[in-house]
Amino acid sequence: MLAYTIKRILQSIVVLLVVGLVAFSMFQYVGDPVDNMLGQERTQADIERVRAQLGLDQPFPVQYWKFISNAAQGDFGISYRQKRPVMDILRSSAPATLELAFVSGLFALIIGITLGVITAIRQNGFGSGIIMTLSLIGVSLPTFLIGILLAHLFAVELGILPSKGRGETVIIGGWVWSVFGTQIQFPSWRTGFLTESGLRALILPSITLGLYQMTLIMRLVRSEMLEVLRQDYIRFARARGLRERAVNFRHALKNTMVPVITIAGLQLGSIIAFAIITETVFAWPGIGNQFILAIRAVDIPMMAAYLMLVSVMFVIINLIVDLLYFAIDPRLRVDRTAGGH
Amino acid sequence: MAETVLSIHDLVVEIPTRRAVLRPVDNVSYDIKAGEILGVVGESGAGKSMAGNAVIGLLNRPAHIKSGQVLLNGTRIDNLPDEKMRKIRGKDIGMVFQDPLTSLNPLLRIGDQLTETMLAHLDITKSEAEDRAVAALEEVGIPAAAERINSYPHEFSGGMRQRVVIALALCAEPSLIIADEPTTALDVSVQAQIIALLKRLCRQRGTAVMLITHDMGVIAEACDRVAVMYAGRLAEIGTVRDVLTEPKHPYTEGLMASTPLASKGQKRLRQIPGSMPRLGALPTGCAFHPRCPKAQDACRMDPAPTLENGAACWFPIDTDQKVSA
Repeated sequence: MLAYTIKRILQSIVVLLVVGLVAFSMFQYVGDPVDNMLGQERTQADIERVRAQLGLDQPFPVQYWKFISNAAQGDFGISYRQKRPVMDILRSSAPATLELAFVSGLFALIIGITLGVITAIRQNGFGSGIIMTLSLIGVSLPTFLIGILLAHLFAVELGILPSKGRGETVIIGGWVWSVFGTQIQFPSWRTGFLTESGLRALILPSITLGLYQMTLIMRLVRSEMLEVLRQDYIRFARARGLRERAVNFRHALKNTMVPVITIAGLQLGSIIAFAIITETVFAWPGIGNQFILAIRAVDIPMMAAYLMLVSVMFVIINLIVDLLYFAIDPRLRVDRTAGGH
Repeated sequence: MAETVLSIHDLVVEIPTRRAVLRPVDNVSYDIKAGEILGVVGESGAGKSMAGNAVIGLLNRPAHIKSGQVLLNGTRIDNLPDEKMRKIRGKDIGMVFQDPLTSLNPLLRIGDQLTETMLAHLDITKSEAEDRAVAALEEVGIPAAAERINSYPHEFSGGMRQRVVIALALCAEPSLIIADEPTTALDVSVQAQIIALLKRLCRQRGTAVMLITHDMGVIAEACDRVAVMYAGRLAEIGTVRDVLTEPKHPYTEGLMASTPLASKGQKRLRQIPGSMPRLGALPTGCAFHPRCPKAQDACRMDPAPTLENGAACWFPIDTDQKVSA
């Protein structure tokens, strides 16, 4: 299992290198940042000077190598647009996106699994029919439309929830600890979890962002549950006189988890990636918003850093999903030790 | 005489479909006494498993008990509400399924599956249940039970898994076991062991057993009495010796003639012509008449009589005549 984990981490690094290469080479074609930075009154000499400053005059492999080796040390360069380190921008805007993604993911998982189980157990019930029909809306409506509709209903018409921003936030972390003479600084984190307005501000964006994933997980759990409920071991569990709840959750739901966490893991990645749209609709000060601004300004370091960050998230989530397989299914553990060691 | 554990009276199971109402179990009656093993034989679709499922209350919708009674230790159980029936399942009636590879939940340790069953029915603590789980595994002949209790089902062979399934079915000490083809999915060499185990445990505890099978060898080896089913009806019932050596119903006779038995030393097996009719297309009269060598007009017109002289046939085979002939 340890060998497997190490192998997967090494694979992940290769994946990140490739993503970096693809992202980086794409940016050769998105436009010339120097145009944006210098304005109308520029001379050929100015352009040459800035290109040299930014390292854009060097050959592509050299640029890529510099980018990767700096990125490995947490240095993504200076944002062309904001003229400050990209890492600082990420640090200040990532908490907003990660908190939003976390709440959306939690919403999608909890509601999705619950509704999936209910609609599977009461397969032919009236309520299940309604939920299944409504879920089609969740699957087929685009995110920005759901966001605008929700904002219109709850913020404009009813006026009970805010339609933009994070509300009040509190900075936590940032403490400096001294361990054996070395100073360790905890990263500071601007959270919306600790204030009422911060929590209220999370509701609409989270639902908007998580609705598609919620319906997807619900439909997946339902079809997997229907499959598992037909299995012999479920009949046998019933024949042993176990309570319905034990049969449904302890025996059936657990057996649906392997495909469900596969999809849920990938969807959690897309929640972070698709936060761009929701953040735009709700003026959410997260990295998605920063990315949109960066695209407009051809801010290559910022865009590259964003893409790398998203792919790191995907890779980490996939790694966790792969390890969860072992936690859930004992058959994999045996096969691994038999084959791998 | 041992007391009657299970008593089925005129049991009818129906499945309403769009075209017609099917009767996979039609007017079936039999008793099983404590410590007795009743074999139920018949072809696929004869209604053997359906009757077993009806007794334990696990019929899949839309199949349901239409009429008749099921009595367990003198109490009617066919009309109990779900929650009461659940408490009977596992506690008073245990069930063993055909395929041990799929009967156990692959994600739970077998010890956990044993303890959850006992905790659902018996008033004991978790640690008592764990001790009993080890004892239950030892009883079904699993070596090093105390260690194996933490194993997952995939770490056992097919025969061992069926032993675990039997331990699970017996762990709350039910008075009736329904074994639905418990050896069909097993290796021939393991079949005999499993049958012997089932027989030994039930004899020791005085458990009544409904052994559903289509294997005449298993019947001959394990059972006290045997019920032969055909197209949802009981064709014949009697002691194993009587039914196997002197069948009264032509179907049973055909069944015996088509079973390879070393003792008979036949070169060629006979077969019953045709195949069992579908439930949706039962012939008029006796359901067996199109395949019956002795069929007469009465058989084509009138439904077979209910088990007179031990066989549901208008013209049961006269055993005395057969012996003299």
